[in-house]
Amino acid sequence: MRYLPKSPAERERMLAEIGARSIDDLFAIIPAEYRLDRDLLVPRQQAESEIIDYFRQAGEKNASGYASFLGAGAYRHYRPVIIDALVQRGEFLTSYTPYQAEITQGTLQAIFEFQTMIAELTGMDLANASMYDGSTGAAEAVMMAVRVTGRHKAVVAATVHPEYREVLATYAKHQSLPSTLVGYERKSGRVDLAALEAAVTEETAAVLVQSPNFFGVVEDIPALAEIAHRKGALLLVSISEAVSLGIVRPPLEADIVTMEAQSFGVPLSYGGPFCGVIATREKFVRQMPGRLAGQTVDTAGNRGFVLTLATREQHIRREKATSNICTNQALVALMATVFLAVYGREGIRELAEHNLAKAHYAARTLGAQPGTKQLFTGAPHFHEFVLETEESPASLAERLLKEKIVGGIALGRWYPELAHCTLWCATEVTTRVQIDRAAKVLAARLEMTERNQALKGQGFKTV
Amino acid sequence: MATNSPSPGPRTTGKVRPHQTQNEALLFEKSSPGKRAYKLPSLDVPPVNPASLLGAALRTQAPLLPELSEIEIIRHFTRLSTWNYAIDLGMYPLGSCTMKYNPRVNEFVARIEGLADAHPYRPESLAQGILEIFDLLERCLLDITGMEAITLQPAAGAHGEFTGILLTRAWHESRGNPRHKILIPDSAHGTNPATAAICGYEVENLKSNADGGIDLEALARQVTGETAALMLTNPSTLGVFENQIHKIADILHDKGALLYMDGANMNALVGKVRPGDFGVDVMHLNLHKTFSTPHGGGGPGSGPVACKRFLEPFLPIPVLVRSQMATEVGAPGPGSPRTGLGPWGGDPSHLGTREGTASAPAEWEEFDADQSEIEAGPLFRAPFFDPSTGERVGDDDPMPLHAGAPGPGSPRTGLGPWGGDPSPLGTGETQSKSPLHWDYNRPHSVGRVRAFYGNTGMFIRALAYILANGPDGLRQTTEDAVLNANYIRKKLEDIYELPYNTPSMHEVVFSDRRQAARGVKTGDIAKRLIDYGFHPYTVSFPLIVPGALMIEPTESESVEELDLFIAAMRSIAHEAETAPELIKNAPHSTRVSRLDEVQAARKPILRWKPPA
Repeated sequence: MRYLPKSPAERERMLAEIGARSIDDLFAIIPAEYRLDRDLLVPRQQAESEIIDYFRQAGEKNASGYASFLGAGAYRHYRPVIIDALVQRGEFLTSYTPYQAEITQGTLQAIFEFQTMIAELTGMDLANASMYDGSTGAAEAVMMAVRVTGRHKAVVAATVHPEYREVLATYAKHQSLPSTLVGYERKSGRVDLAALEAAVTEETAAVLVQSPNFFGVVEDIPALAEIAHRKGALLLVSISEAVSLGIVRPPLEADIVTMEAQSFGVPLSYGGPFCGVIATREKFVRQMPGRLAGQTVDTAGNRGFVLTLATREQHIRREKATSNICTNQALVALMATVFLAVYGREGIRELAEHNLAKAHYAARTLGAQPGTKQLFTGAPHFHEFVLETEESPASLAERLLKEKIVGGIALGRWYPELAHCTLWCATEVTTRVQIDRAAKVLAARLEMTERNQALKGQGFKTV
Repeated sequence: MATNSPSPGPRTTGKVRPHQTQNEALLFEKSSPGKRAYKLPSLDVPPVNPASLLGAALRTQAPLLPELSEIEIIRHFTRLSTWNYAIDLGMYPLGSCTMKYNPRVNEFVARIEGLADAHPYRPESLAQGILEIFDLLERCLLDITGMEAITLQPAAGAHGEFTGILLTRAWHESRGNPRHKILIPDSAHGTNPATAAICGYEVENLKSNADGGIDLEALARQVTGETAALMLTNPSTLGVFENQIHKIADILHDKGALLYMDGANMNALVGKVRPGDFGVDVMHLNLHKTFSTPHGGGGPGSGPVACKRFLEPFLPIPVLVRSQMATEVGAPGPGSPRTGLGPWGGDPSHLGTREGTASAPAEWEEFDADQSEIEAGPLFRAPFFDPSTGERVGDDDPMPLHAGAPGPGSPRTGLGPWGGDPSPLGTGETQSKSPLHWDYNRPHSVGRVRAFYGNTGMFIRALAYILANGPDGLRQTTEDAVLNANYIRKKLEDIYELPYNTPSMHEVVFSDRRQAARGVKTGDIAKRLIDYGFHPYTVSFPLIVPGALMIEPTESESVEELDLFIAAMRSIAHEAETAPELIKNAPHSTRVSRLDEVQAARKPILRWKPPA
């Protein structure tokens, strides 16, 4: 076996030194009736070339070459080549959690840089070293708000990513943490402020919103904060499209920002691993879940970094910890750190502006097709938008697929009232040609309908 | 091995140190306005005016991100990397962490086009390649664990614990009483009690016996009708196999409680013994431990949860299912959870070459024909669980938890997970088009534990590892891991105190009792080990051993590396007698010396700020 650095003779010698007759002696403690007396039912040992062939074929079978307008919490952005060149350095890739600070200063300084970048982008005082993903980060943020306020109810906007809300429901179920759902305004797609006002009470720990929200609409953060704060609740803002922060005003009035940083150079990889992160105000830091890197000095006065405030964490506090989380997404956070170093202060704005321009063109072009209407135009958007079509999303998707286009995701599965709506996303990698091709497909439906009506008029049965 | 020079010398500025101790400022300190490492393509759509599109939502103050050129970024992170210890540099004897080699082919295949760039919401008809990877990994993990149903969704080990305890809770609830406490041995990982707490359970501590194992009498006393489960690590954090495991399972099952296994130490068991066979009801795996996905400096992990059939209805949504009657891709027929028909349900070609698909490497190894002679039985009698009543049906054993009888308590005495399938490997006469898809319609599910489906990138790597090993390689891996730990034990037990004399599996736990007499503690020995070129072992854990040194070499170490480690440990033990101060001030060879953690926590500096 090519990963095992021992010859048969070496194994024999080691057994002899231990005083064992055979390897079975070392497993003698396992009662015989439980020992596995057959080979595992896994594929036989493969050569490296066979392994690569297998996964290449799986990749090909997945079908590529499709233009995609999918977003909804997972975004296609260009990944600069140096990201993979750097994160594949064995010293980053194969290092453990930096508990031994003297020999993990590289990881620790990179985390410190990540925390600084996230704090800068979100307008918060500080950020943690990352969480599993945006969905669990949002749930952890709500539990954090419960600890901060001592209250036990949450108010959640219906425009938060539906899967994030499902995750929150799973987490909240056994924490005696009921939550109230608040709907959206039909014109703007923003949180219904009157409904929010009615839902937030003196018992509300957290108001959780998303901005840009699931429909791509930028929420009115100051207005939301005013309502939450008036009743003493914390405002939690989830951000699933991190690139938006290049051009969209950060949620400065929020108390906790919970973000998915996948857009910062992390591959889509069918939904994971991604990179959640929580940012907050300084005064709440001791209630924050997850790892934190902090600056300090060594015995000679040199600057150095350590994992700090560990008394919040499970390995010290056990059942009284702020969370059971025992990991961060270190390597994925490193991708984000390299990505942000590449784009930098100017580049992140320019990148976000390209996204804005592409989406604006796409929304205008696609929304102008007959039988198609863009919804929620009453508020600003970043790079996602909702189209309502006369045609059913299933039929539209099928016609688009024939043209090798994956259109917007159908919203009916989460919002029954939007059964004829699809959520579209355009980023800097979406091309005008792709947008124009999709527009043609949308337009073709009308031609088909007209033809059918004409045929119908002549007494033909239509398809 | 020679001792390194005792001190890095005086503070210096500029580039006057050896490479790994060269100074490297923060990115922000190196920034200067106007430098760039990016170039966007020219815009092919009309430019927009952000101020008019966004109005009050426009960002007016730019974030203080660094401005650097590409070469500076490369040098920055390359230099930072040289400050890290890593598996690629040497042995990582961290007990319970299983720091094994991370094969490079894993990284290569995880980046293959069509996999790395697959959007989670792409239509299932365009995701069959990835779903087949999920499917094959699930099958492999089910056989490795001896369990009957699985979810890959949890993002890490602790997240898997959370999911597993939620399943336990949901099952108890379906029987009318969620119960209120979870038993946890005093030797357990800190995540176990933290997990029980966030699942709404009270934690009850279970004291270890004189051997560091489960005290059966105490267990029998403490398990009541209010005990939901015992969370057990096996082998224990002492590296000891609980050989009374089935009695433990019986005590729990007699009171209707479940046995949860923390799979942190699965590297001692793969291919040799299966938790599903010794009475475990639900467990998690750590793909970043046992299955070689990289730790990456603290993540990402991946924590699949495997369980017995009676817990299957509660798995997080969505669950991967294979349509039985599908006629074409994109038109799935009547869905049937594979778990309802044995782990791979309607597809009789377990791991077999599916004709006309790209799913299987050319030839799967044949195995003994007698493996396929197992008669058809309860696993193929659906349904096994009536969702309307929460009762098991169609099974001979109404309360499946008792050991010894066929059924979930002991599948090996009844049927293997390959159930009644007469030809698990298939002959090619199999369904060639069986699209896999996600089933969201699962009314008893505990819900979702994260967005999308799991850390797919880690599944690809773990499966690549399993393929590279095969059944023989996986077994040899386990044997080598246990061999290495026992070799270290033998070579150090005369000089370091062995608090428990029970046989070791994949890790060995010493105590610092003898060295502490000279004022040298386990934490000091660990720091001194750095000067000898090794990463420290796990310090002061498990908590039941005062001054613990927990050593897990894994299978990835050669005899030469083990001998160097042993020599280092013996040399440090000698230094403890002759020069204890040398150890107490270690390390002496690193870029920074011991860091002031008290100051870091008292006045936290958690981000860079521009100088005032």
